[in-house]
Amino acid sequence: MKMIRQIGSVTAMNLRSMPQRLGTSLVIVIGIAGVVAVLVSVLAMSTGMLRTMSNAGRDDRAIVLRNGSAAEASSALTLDAARLIADATGIKRDADGKPILSSESMRVLTAYKKEDGAEVNITIRGVGPKAAALRPELKIVEGRMFEPALAEIIVGKAANKQFRGFNVGDKIKTRGANWTVVGIYTTGDAHESELMTDVEALNAADRRGGYQSVTVQLESARAFAAFKDALTSNPALSVDVWREREYYEQQSKMMGRMITIVAYVVGGIMAIGAVFSALNTMYSAVSARVREIATLRALGFGATAMVMSVLVEAVLLALIGGAIGAALAWLFFNGNTVSTTTGVAGHLVFDLVVSPALIIVGIVWACSIGLVGGLFPAIRAARLPVATALRAV
Amino acid sequence: MSAIVSLRNVTKSYVRGKEKVEVLHGVNLQIQSGEFLALMGPSGSGKTTLLNLVAGLDQPTSGEVIVGDQRIDRLSRGALADWRARHIGFIFQFYNLLPVLTAEANVEVPLLLTSLSKAQRRERVQTALKLVGLADRGKHKPNELSGGQQQRVAIARAIVADPTLLVCDEPTGDLDRQNAEEIMNLLQALNRSQGKTIVMVTHDPRAAGFASRELHLDKGQLANVEAVA
Amino acid sequence: MKYFRLVWAGLARKKARTILTMLSIIVAFLLFGLLQGVNQGFNQVVENLNVNRLYTSAKTNMVDGLPISYAQRIKSVPGVQHVSHWTYFGGYFREAKNAIPAFATDAEALFAIYKEIKIKPEYIEAMKRTRTGALVSDQLAKQYGWKIGDRIPLGTSIWTNKEGSNTWYFDLVGTFDVSSYGIGFPSFYINYDYYDEAKAFGKGVVHYYLIGIADPLQATRVAKAIDSQFENSMNETRTQTESGLAQNNLKQVGDINFIVNAIVGAVLFTLLFLTANTMMQSVRERIPELAVLKTLGFSDGKVLTLVLVEAFLLCIFAALLGLFFAALIFPGLKALIGDLPMPLSVVLMGVGIAMLLALISGLPPALRAQRLNIVDALAGR
Repeated sequence: MKMIRQIGSVTAMNLRSMPQRLGTSLVIVIGIAGVVAVLVSVLAMSTGMLRTMSNAGRDDRAIVLRNGSAAEASSALTLDAARLIADATGIKRDADGKPILSSESMRVLTAYKKEDGAEVNITIRGVGPKAAALRPELKIVEGRMFEPALAEIIVGKAANKQFRGFNVGDKIKTRGANWTVVGIYTTGDAHESELMTDVEALNAADRRGGYQSVTVQLESARAFAAFKDALTSNPALSVDVWREREYYEQQSKMMGRMITIVAYVVGGIMAIGAVFSALNTMYSAVSARVREIATLRALGFGATAMVMSVLVEAVLLALIGGAIGAALAWLFFNGNTVSTTTGVAGHLVFDLVVSPALIIVGIVWACSIGLVGGLFPAIRAARLPVATALRAV
Repeated sequence: MSAIVSLRNVTKSYVRGKEKVEVLHGVNLQIQSGEFLALMGPSGSGKTTLLNLVAGLDQPTSGEVIVGDQRIDRLSRGALADWRARHIGFIFQFYNLLPVLTAEANVEVPLLLTSLSKAQRRERVQTALKLVGLADRGKHKPNELSGGQQQRVAIARAIVADPTLLVCDEPTGDLDRQNAEEIMNLLQALNRSQGKTIVMVTHDPRAAGFASRELHLDKGQLANVEAVA
Repeated sequence: MKYFRLVWAGLARKKARTILTMLSIIVAFLLFGLLQGVNQGFNQVVENLNVNRLYTSAKTNMVDGLPISYAQRIKSVPGVQHVSHWTYFGGYFREAKNAIPAFATDAEALFAIYKEIKIKPEYIEAMKRTRTGALVSDQLAKQYGWKIGDRIPLGTSIWTNKEGSNTWYFDLVGTFDVSSYGIGFPSFYINYDYYDEAKAFGKGVVHYYLIGIADPLQATRVAKAIDSQFENSMNETRTQTESGLAQNNLKQVGDINFIVNAIVGAVLFTLLFLTANTMMQSVRERIPELAVLKTLGFSDGKVLTLVLVEAFLLCIFAALLGLFFAALIFPGLKALIGDLPMPLSVVLMGVGIAMLLALISGLPPALRAQRLNIVDALAGR
């Protein structure tokens, strides 16, 4: 108890004298605010990206691609293959006894970013007749759903936000067809960066048959194993079967990982710089109060109380800096829509997310920097030879 | 012996806040070449102010200050700095050595303002240190020297450029009796054997005893006291 | 400089503070060097690209492809010297994860257009003679241990051949050196004629036409002339220069320039604060010493210069160290930007910023030192 009271009173004295040391104290605050702001902002990119991608997967849905395809874009399934897949065990059936699945094909379209006209490859997805039952998360928020076999197309909300010419009523030209945008949809995941239409209309436009993938609704998440076995053991098929969630995580893994690495490397280097400047500040804080500290020690305050009080001051300043940095990141970047590439034929539009978890990461980093920066000066304060210090000018 | 320092009707006043404080009221003073003058007086009497005027650190509100045929009350700040470098050696109560430099380097500082070569500077420094009896301590830093030794380094620095005038502000103020006596002996020797003109402010009567003349300052005005032999 | 000792006296007074400040500056400029180095590296790669080459692809999207018949019509456009093409094959070697971005092409025309890629003429001849021939970059051949004469199987998930197989066999007839071009040049080529004839579907299609022009100043005119040839047809074209293409690819990753500048800006701002504070503190503590220097005859101007020189020495020395370390680490970033040394422009930029830092953080305390009144300072006021 006595220890805590000692620490408390010394710390209070320290804090009361801080206005005199405002300049040096601000140095810690600003330095750490910078580190946390940068770290959290860049991590918000990978967080947003991963969240959007992983939302696009459910454990009870599976996607089937041609064997050896790294992604949907490089897969090719024939009509026969699609039929065999539809017969496999484990697929949920609807009220009519038909399997709930969507055989889909994709085309790539050049889109232009609203802000700077940069060209980007985005996906047009042709979906099967049961797509609505397969993806109940898809909601039309403006306009209406497309009519099958017509040159009508709907646009994902994220795509509509980022790219030019995707509003209801706009015309889109692809090889072999002119499409009319009739609606805008949300799904809360990667599909919002795409355009969607009827697969038969899409295939007919450039007279290509076949599909890129088949996405199925499983009876349950546990049915996946049986479903996969049924397909891979079929000698007439050569396919890869993924859980939908794992497939999408895979797609964004490389980019997401790269962003996270950059965040931690840059943040780490900045943190090292912040530690140096924190050491600087706390050393000068201690040396400015040499007489005071020595006096307190002569009066009987223990070494531990001195150490703790310096640490508390350092961590407190660091916390303020961290809070400011996190707040800045949140203010400037939370909810900002950005987009980046996920591969040859993929472009993902997503929102930056400054999540509570990220803010906690920032605060933890701030406190760590404060602790490390305060440690050595704190020890020095405890070790000050009292007699010489009292004589010091 | 000609008057090397002449103060004619010198006043000095400051403005503190809204008040105007007059520290020196019409002081007249002549200091002969080769004199060792002690200026004494209670605190607030203006003795340090007077010393600063003689040393060219400050300028009078009115009146003339002439040192070695030069009217220094008219010089610009830049010219005054130049003049100080060539004519004044200053010794402080708290030594004011640069803590990071060795004794030699400290003594060398005034010579950096001259056009002497490095070898010439080094020679002068050694001579000065020898004169104050610290030739063997040249490489020590101030914190490795005692108070008395530090003051001697300061004196070496003050004489190394061969100034017209040595000006001392309480040179023994921070020293114990033995060291104080050593320092005063040194100053006296510099005055008698080298003919250095010295003006010293002190409140220590024992130190004043080493001087050749004593003057008292009270409330900004001088009162004479008989010269001591 | 004979005054160096004095400058040193100022810096060495509180060694810990000087060293810690220098370390912060070193770290900041290390980061600056790396980030701006990557940023400028990208820009330089784009600028260095050849302006003698144009790329034509389908207007709707490159993946849609153009008919092979266009080759003749493009060749007839005035100003066009060579025409070659790329058609994406995209297979893998043994396992799907060993992706080989292979392209079918007209090799002779290709290497006439890319003169900076070194290849032995006998390899091109061998490619012409061997229908199933393949030309591979030195680096790729080394990576998989391929030697000339090897039979290389490439698997594909899309392009089934006429026999119904998904594995294609190619004979390695030569290698080429891409080091002068840098990243982005495809490293595996097969003959277009063989590929188009042997594939089961999607025939007669080309993804990019590569056009070598005689006069780079004519680039825009020729590009327009090519595109107007095919306007309003079923397969409209879009022609751009090599740097235009590269810039687009870069922009897709994101606005890297903005991100780098934002981070660097944040770092430098916090650094400025730290340095200014250090200099301010240092001068404040040394007021009596500076007063003594003035007493000894140092003019106001000399004292101002002293403080400024201190600031400059501190900042520039530390900045140079930081940039030096950045230059050392830079080659490790090869994966991002290819085989580039840290651009000189970054070093120059860094020194300039260091000087600005020194000036901004050093001037206020220097002015303070210049103006200080000797009498007041000595009296402790």
